Order: sequence, then structure tokens, then C-alpha cells
Amino acid sequence: MMHDRIKLFIPLLIFFLLVAVFFLLQNRMVTGEYDPSELPSALIGKKVPEFSLTTLGDDTVVKTRDDLVGKAALLNVWATWCISCRVEHAYLNQLAERGITVYGLNYKDDRLEANRWLERLGNPYQFNLFDSEGILGLHLGVYGAPETYVLDRKGVIRYRHVGVLNQNIWESKVLPLGLNW
Amino acid sequence: MIPEIGHFALLLCLPIALMLATIPLLGAVRGNRLWMNAAPIMAAGQWLFLLISFCCLSSAFLTDDFSVKLVAMHSNSKLPGYFKFSALWGNHEGSLLLWVFILSSWTLAVACFSRQLPDDIRARVLSVLGMISLGFLAFVIFTSNPFERLLLNPVAEGRDLNPLLQDIGLIIHPPMLYIGYVGFAVAFAFAITALMTEKLDAAWARWSRPWTNIAWAFLTVGIALGSWWAYYELGWGGWWFWDPVENASFMPWLAGTALVHSLAATEKRGVFRSWTLLLAILAFSLSLLGTFLVRSGILVSVHAFASDPTRGIFILALLVIVIGSSLLLYALKAPAMRSAVRFNGISRETLLLANNALLTVALATVLLGTLFPLFMKALNAGSYSVGPPYFNSMFIPIMIPVLILMGIAPYIHWKQTRISSVQIRPWVFSLSAAILFSVIGTIYMSSHYDHDFSWAAALTIALSTWITVTTGIHLILKSSHQEGIISGMKRLAPSYWGMCIAHFGIAITALGIGLTSVYSEQRDVRMEVGQSISLGSYRYQLVDIRGIEGANYRSTQATINVYMAEAAGSSDKTIAVLLPEKRLYYATKNVMTEAAIDPRLTRDLYVALGEQLDDGVWAMRIHVKPFVRCIWLGTLFMALGGVIAVADKRYRKALLSSKPKTLESVNSAASATASVDVLALNPTNENN
Repeated sequence: MMHDRIKLFIPLLIFFLLVAVFFLLQNRMVTGEYDPSELPSALIGKKVPEFSLTTLGDDTVVKTRDDLVGKAALLNVWATWCISCRVEHAYLNQLAERGITVYGLNYKDDRLEANRWLERLGNPYQFNLFDSEGILGLHLGVYGAPETYVLDRKGVIRYRHVGVLNQNIWESKVLPLGLNW
Repeated sequence: MIPEIGHFALLLCLPIALMLATIPLLGAVRGNRLWMNAAPIMAAGQWLFLLISFCCLSSAFLTDDFSVKLVAMHSNSKLPGYFKFSALWGNHEGSLLLWVFILSSWTLAVACFSRQLPDDIRARVLSVLGMISLGFLAFVIFTSNPFERLLLNPVAEGRDLNPLLQDIGLIIHPPMLYIGYVGFAVAFAFAITALMTEKLDAAWARWSRPWTNIAWAFLTVGIALGSWWAYYELGWGGWWFWDPVENASFMPWLAGTALVHSLAATEKRGVFRSWTLLLAILAFSLSLLGTFLVRSGILVSVHAFASDPTRGIFILALLVIVIGSSLLLYALKAPAMRSAVRFNGISRETLLLANNALLTVALATVLLGTLFPLFMKALNAGSYSVGPPYFNSMFIPIMIPVLILMGIAPYIHWKQTRISSVQIRPWVFSLSAAILFSVIGTIYMSSHYDHDFSWAAALTIALSTWITVTTGIHLILKSSHQEGIISGMKRLAPSYWGMCIAHFGIAITALGIGLTSVYSEQRDVRMEVGQSISLGSYRYQLVDIRGIEGANYRSTQATINVYMAEAAGSSDKTIAVLLPEKRLYYATKNVMTEAAIDPRLTRDLYVALGEQLDDGVWAMRIHVKPFVRCIWLGTLFMALGGVIAVADKRYRKALLSSKPKTLESVNSAASATASVDVLALNPTNENN
């Protein structure tokens, strides 16, 4: 009989187990340790999909994925309509000053406005791919801007970060990849 | 001024809910009739003030009052009026206001339609609903005020509604889903009341059943609408993704389906009482869990709106209080609810138990798959994503026996059926029909869609036929009457009709799911204006590409003529003109794909416009989706069945008969058992 009564507490126990997990995750979300927007990309460990896009600065210059090869680099997806990108931009400038290679993917944007943005806020990018239709974005599986792909020197995607890139992410996620910057 | 009135009305609801949560309950405990009878008035007051609040917020949206932060963030003056209205619940704060408004409407409905309940029971039920309402009102008022103003930095134009949500399906999907979710609160309140009073009899089950059915029917329609929306709006041609948020709505549905069946056994035979209570608690708890998962932002999904961790903590605390205390109450009080009635061998009880066990396992599977990535995250064990392969391989094998049982259970009587007394002829006939249709159907489909013979399709058709024919024969046998079948059918109880219609709906949905999964064809193509492409038995020709202007977007629209691809070139008759679009919304700069669909019962032709590859050359995705409509058509039958069953006379009989004085006068177990025994002797009348 006692045994039967204990069985009735099982749902309650399962529930408290769930709550413990949720509470842990909520806490980590507040401290930034857990970020649900950290999406594993299907492309991690694979090369950047092939593309052929003009640059933002000059619509006669065409770049392909071979232009991303040679050095470890960041491929940063941004747009002028993206408010968080403005927040992120200052940090990208810092990275560029430290000699980190940053390529830009200007995503579903206006060429004129995007160039004006770079004049005003500084240009951390080696060059920018102009992807007004979001074709490369679609192949990469871009979730929204800003988003940053970490590429090794062979052009293989090693990590994907959704959202604003900052010092914290750089140190905790990107540096441990052990790439030769 | 109007938003302030709305805010004030919302604030007023808090003390009313507090009173509703306490006074009638205290009245019931102390036997104070006046306090008990105050419950309906408070329920009405709460509803009225929430209605005012809701109307004020609607008016802010409809009149483009961008000084209200919510309107500025989620609406736009160029939006069509109906989208301005639906923008109200296209965001966190507004959708929560809708949530509590719907809860107060259910509370009012219980107050109005439960006059036949003993006073103390009604008071307790309404108090429990008041407690839930209190918690959620506090959540809205303290963390998610929808009436917040932007007085310092007024804006001239709103940021616009997420274009994904600018759609007719999304106008009605959240309210339907919420009506379903929140509706389980009523069954939950009845369960808590039963635990508090330690009384659970056939009358209790009879009160709970209509509410559960209606909530379940709304939830069914809500889930189906969400699936339909994803199908045509997301442009991938898929209709179910096992996305965490979809699962969050599917889990209460599974629990609710189990509850509907176990309530039947509890009412008729007084069995599964403790189990029924647990299911009632579970169905609502899972609804709350769904709300938490979506609102806390702990999960990533296509549905996730911007979220705020402090809100997550608040709603988690709410979850602990509501679910934790009810499960504790259950653990303490359930021993008093043990069923006195026994059943054995082959009986309908056994089969309903099997149904419940299978549905519970299915529920556990979905729950595990949904939460597993979160567990691993919490344990720092890495990132996992659990996808359709897991869910399909686990869920489908569990559902097959459920579908088989559906054709068996109606023929088995309550209590105990001797094997020798079972008529096996209907099953032999149904099984033959199932095999015959399955072979013919699969061969036909396979040749029509140029596909190998598919065992999955054969099994699907066999199961659907099995359910349809067994249900049909049962219906005919049951309505055989000396004045003919038609007059016999008229005599059948609505609850029996409801069951048949809902089971028939399951057969249709299963058929749709199986055939679409097997025979769908899809191709990504590159098309130039004037070019033709053949897929399956259809030929698609891109006739034109042009730009058009919408109210708040600019769009590129393709015109595609579809012909039958006859070999002899006699394909001049256009069977459909499809107009897929690619829209750029001005305010958010979002690009949206509007797929074009030519719907038929037996197949959908589906075209989504991709990217422009070159001048006049476009990428397109073309699908042929056989029987995909059946998936949603079936759910309509299920919901209809659920609603029809509520019309049963025995639910109203109690309403018309004079009000029983108190529950004490009903000697629960004895009377329930006695009435059931009479019914069991008279199986053909059991539903009348």
C-alpha cells in the first residue's frame, strides 16, 4: 500500500526535474552562458557554398569562394536595416585593427546606403560581397543579420554565431578553435 | 486616453481575480452560500473588465496610435485593417492579454452553463480558474504591460508586423490554439475540485466531458491551422516540422485525446478515476509548459518572438506553483480516488486502457525529443538537435496499433465480453476491404505517380479503410431498427455520432499523411519566360514575370500555366494558372515567398518562386502533393465530432432536471456502479 502511494509522487518528481533543468538554463541565459540562438550549422566542417557576387564597393568586380581562401577569416553577415549590426560594427573595427581578416556579406541591402554606412562608421572589411537577393545567404542558411561564420584558411566553416559578435564570444567561442589568426 | 482606460481596466481585474480565487473557495469550505454564489458575478466582472481592456488595445492598433509602444513595435499605418487587429496578438504582450481574456471567457462560460452543478462544486471550480487567472494577470501586469507608452520619443510610423504573420491563417491560428490550450483549464479545475472534495463519480465525469471535448476540438483546429499556414506561407511545401513549438501544441493534444477517452470509461464504468485526474492535470500542465517554452525564449524556433529572461523566470515560478501544487495534491489525494470497479479480460475498458497507454507513450516520446536538446545543454553535454527522423521513427509505429484498435474497440462491450459472443464477421469484411483497397489503391497511385510499389502507402490505405469500414458497419448495425436504418440513425445519440465522425476524421488525416509522404514530388528548377518543365503528369510553363505593388510591399509575380503532360502533345487545355510571388515588405525589408497553390482534394500543385538567377531567369520550386488536403480535412471532421458529442442529451438532461442539493446527497460510487450495470445489460442503448 505504501509502495502504491509512493508511485503517485512520480509525476511530481519528473516535473521538478524538468523545472530544475529549465531553471538552470534560464540562469545561464541571463549570464549569457547559454544562448538559444547559437544554432549549429549544417555547413560546419564544409566549405562555403560556391557563389559569384559583385562587391559592394564596385559592381564590376566579381568575387567567388576562392577569394575567401588563404587565411583564417570571419565572414560577417550584415545590413543597414539591421540595428544590432550597428552595435556589432565597433567591435568588428577593433578586430580589423588587430589584423584579423574580416569579409563582409552585405545581405538584402541597398548598395548606396550600405556604402554610406561604411564611410560613416568605418570599414573593417577586406571586401564586401553584395548579396541583395540573399542568394548566398540562402545557401549558407542565414537566419538573420548579424551572423558570423568563422572560416579556416581553406575556406571551411568552423563555427557559426547568430547575433552580435563581441569580446565575450570572441574569447569563449572563436579563439578556442585554435585557428592561426 | 483610451490606452490608459484599458490599462486601468486590466489593473482592476487583479483584485477581482484575487477575490474570485479566494472567496468562493472559502465559502465552499465553510458552507457560506452567499460567498459561494458570488463566484459567477466575479467571473462576469473579470470578463467585462478584460473585454474593455482588450477593446482598448484593439482600438490603439486600429487607429495607429504609435504612442503605444506595442503598436509602434508591431504595427504600421499601411497594414490592412484586419492585420492591424491581428497584430494585437502577433507579439508577446498582446498574445498574453488574449490568453487571459480567453481564460476569463471560459470562466464566464462555466459560470453560466454550470447551474446544474452543486453550489459548492461550482464555487470551487470557479475559484481554481480564478487562481490561474490571478497568476497570469500578475504576469501580464508586472512583466508584460501591453499599454506601455512611448511618450518621450514618439514615432511617426510603426515598425510593422512580421510579414510571416501577415496572413489570414495567422489571424485565426493563435486564438483557436489558445481557446484549446486554455480550455483544458476547465477540465483541470474540475480535477482539482474532485481532489479537494475527494469526490469523483459518474456525474463529475459527465460535467467534465463537454468542456474537455470543446477545448480538444478547438485545439485540433488550432494545430491544423498552424500546419496549413506553415504549408503555404513558409514556402517549403512541408506541413509538419516537429518544431519544438509545434510539439508544444501537439503534446496537450495527445494528453487531451487520452483524456477524452479515459473520461468516457470513468463516466460509464467508474474506472481509471485516478488516471483521468492525472490526465486532466497533465493536459493543462502541458499547455502551460508550451506557453513557457515559447514565451521564455529558451527554445529557438520559427515561432520564437523576442523574449526576455526575467519573464522566463516569472512564468517558471508560475509553472511551479500551478503544476507543482496540483501534482502534489494529486499525490496526496489520489489514493482516495481508487476505482472500486473491476474489469477484466476482453472489455472496452481494457482496450481504452491500451489506447491511453499508447497515447501516453507517444506523448512521452514527443516530450523527450523536444526536451532532450535542452537537457543536454543544461548538463553542458553539447548541442543536439532532434529532428524528424527521430520523431517519425518513434511516433508512427506507436500510432499504428492505435489505428487498429480504433476499428476493434467499438464492437467490444463494457465490463467483459466473452470471446464467443463477439461477432467477427464485421472484422473479416473490413479486413478484406482493407486489403483489397490497399492493393488497388497502391498500384493505382504508384503507376499514376511513377513510383515503386510502396509498403508504407499500402499500410496507410489499409488502415484508413479498416477504420472507415469498421466504423461504417458499426454505425449501420447500431441503427438497424424495425422502421429502417434511417429512422434508426436518427435515434442514435449525438455522442455516438461524434465518435464515428471523429474516427472517420482520423482515417482521412492518416490517409493524407501517408499518401503525401510517399508520393510527393518536388523539383528545383531554373525557368526562363516561355520555357516548359514537366513534373509527374503535369507540364508547367512560365508565361510572364512582372512587378506589382501591394499595400505595404512590392512584389514580383510569376504567371505559370499548368497543362496535363499528355504524350501526344494534345496538352492545350490549361488546368491551372499559378501566380507565385516574392514580396519585399517596405517597413521591415523582409523578403517573403508567397507560394501559389492549385488545391484539389486528390492533389495540390504548389509552386514557390525562388531567386532571380539572370534577366528573366528564375529559380522555382515545384511540388505535386497528392492528398495533402486530406490532412486538414480530417482534422475538421475530428473537431466536428468533438463538438457534436457535446450535444448529447445526457449533458443537457442534468441541466433541465432539478438541481441536486449538494454533492453529499449523491452517493457516488454506488449510484455510478448501479447505473452502469443497467447500461451494461443493455448494450445497444448505452449511449442513449
